[in-house]
Amino acid sequence: MATKILTEHINVPGIETFDVYRKQGGYTAVEKALKTMTPDAIVEEVKKAGVRGRGGAGFPMGMKWSFLAKPEGVPRYLVCNADESEPGTFKDHYLMKNIPHLLIEGMIISSYALGANKSFIYVRGELMYVIHILEKAIAEAKAKGFLGKNILGSGYDLELVVQPGGGAYICGEETALLESLEGKRGNPRNKPPFPAVKGLYQCPTVVNNVESIATTSWIVNNGGDAYAAIGIGRSTGTKLISASGHINKPGVYEIELGVPVEDFIFADEWCGGIRPGHKFKALVAGGSSVPILPANLALTLANGEKRLMSYESLSDGGFATGTMLGSGGFIVFDETSCIVRNTWNFSRFYHHESCGQCSPCREGTGWMEKVLHRIEYGHGHQQDIDLLVDVAKKIEGNTICPLGDAAAWPVASAIRHFRDEFQWHIDHPSEATQPGAVYRGEMALI
Amino acid sequence: MTTETNHSAIQFTPDRLERAKEIISRYPEGKQKSALLPLLHLLQEQEGWTSVEGMDYVARMLDLQPIEVYEVATFYTMFHLNPVGKHVIEYCRTGPCCLMGGEEVYAHLKTRLGIDAGQTTVDGRFTLKEVECLAACGMGPVFQIREKYYMNLTNERVDEIIDELSK
Repeated sequence: MATKILTEHINVPGIETFDVYRKQGGYTAVEKALKTMTPDAIVEEVKKAGVRGRGGAGFPMGMKWSFLAKPEGVPRYLVCNADESEPGTFKDHYLMKNIPHLLIEGMIISSYALGANKSFIYVRGELMYVIHILEKAIAEAKAKGFLGKNILGSGYDLELVVQPGGGAYICGEETALLESLEGKRGNPRNKPPFPAVKGLYQCPTVVNNVESIATTSWIVNNGGDAYAAIGIGRSTGTKLISASGHINKPGVYEIELGVPVEDFIFADEWCGGIRPGHKFKALVAGGSSVPILPANLALTLANGEKRLMSYESLSDGGFATGTMLGSGGFIVFDETSCIVRNTWNFSRFYHHESCGQCSPCREGTGWMEKVLHRIEYGHGHQQDIDLLVDVAKKIEGNTICPLGDAAAWPVASAIRHFRDEFQWHIDHPSEATQPGAVYRGEMALI
Repeated sequence: MTTETNHSAIQFTPDRLERAKEIISRYPEGKQKSALLPLLHLLQEQEGWTSVEGMDYVARMLDLQPIEVYEVATFYTMFHLNPVGKHVIEYCRTGPCCLMGGEEVYAHLKTRLGIDAGQTTVDGRFTLKEVECLAACGMGPVFQIREKYYMNLTNERVDEIIDELSK
């Protein structure tokens, strides 16, 4: 039986309430942390655990915590990034709505470890019902003495604030999130200074994803070494994967890192295979921003070994033959999917969500959307494919925040692996514009 | 904090005014601008949309220049800058929903309502907006009306929902 760190009790009736959560062993980690551990000892356990940021970037959380500046007389802040908005990714939504106290317990432990007395959970505004669930849970925890002044008599104070966003994907970028939390437009800041030095209100700040913070209770209860023993290599612990697309069982699954991609797609325990009568064509493994892979490369590495669900294995071979684990937004495509149409759809998303601050992103995402639109609708020019590659290259790495890269990678990778589909659209405009038209070329389907 | 509102047509109801004060108190001294997004949500919840008068009211409440509120309200897609119908349908048009038939269901919804994205039905009952990913990709196609998510949509399910809300 695979270890479940986040979802073990998620189906217990009433788990969203304090009492049921407590009965399942909830808040024991807060007791242990506040009564028996120093903040530095907690940071040490998180470092030992090797847990990597679950929002997509995969940066080691303990290391991020140890970068936090600690000047005298200046408040420090912990901000939870719950602005999940990437197409294909819906795990934080699932976690917060079903087991809100897990996040709150993690926020208390993490805030204590970082020396923050006021912490924020920035939730995307569309999830207003989840915001109400969190606020209710916070009120319960406060009433039981786990939040507020002098928590459990430890002398430690913490106030937890839930902040709604306003519907902007860019606010998932940590500095854009801080701008938004300060009541401004979500324009990312230049780094350095990094938030660990000058973050919220120009004070030292750590920004962590929901799933990352939620792991801390288990780490405190079981130790960092026990966490690091799960998973594979530097991909330690478990990961929530939100699976969607043409599979039999879409949903959120907690896996131990290192499961073969093939098993994750085809085993009944997880996705349960491709929908009946269809074949596996392509995969986006970590949310819309990561490179798309054709079926054969999704399942196997270039050297023929099985590809695993881990940070290292998914990125094996770089972008030529690999992708990224990202946020764990796992989108499966069968043979009825038109890659050109999907790429245009993703491109429209990034154009819409670009904050407009950097010219390469503001202009480039619009160009890519327009060129992809004309290819999809039968007006493509012969030079359009190379034009797209060129525009994508000119955006990548040339913007303040990673949204530019996120917009460029899906386009560049779709052309890298599915160039014949783009060419077919240009060569056969009348056929390509038929409803549901999909090019069925040499593509290996599984 | 300025709360003189006598010259404004728009004011928070007494309970919302209490809520607004509580929200403003969450932030450190001098950082009351952080309350802007929550107060705009509160305003829109009360008024149905985010009008210039409403934004000016929020600006006075937070001691901000009106432009500081306008530039924020126009950046975020959730604030309706024009009047909307009784029910605002926010339809997810993004990739994973489209893979599950989202485009066909969307076409049906538009035909059923007789409007396009951004428009309101003549009876003022429905406004249709397109949104990007609602973070419910495994249950697509999806739309949201106020705080409620409607998932795994089909043409038949859309008809049922519209019938129900038309009563």
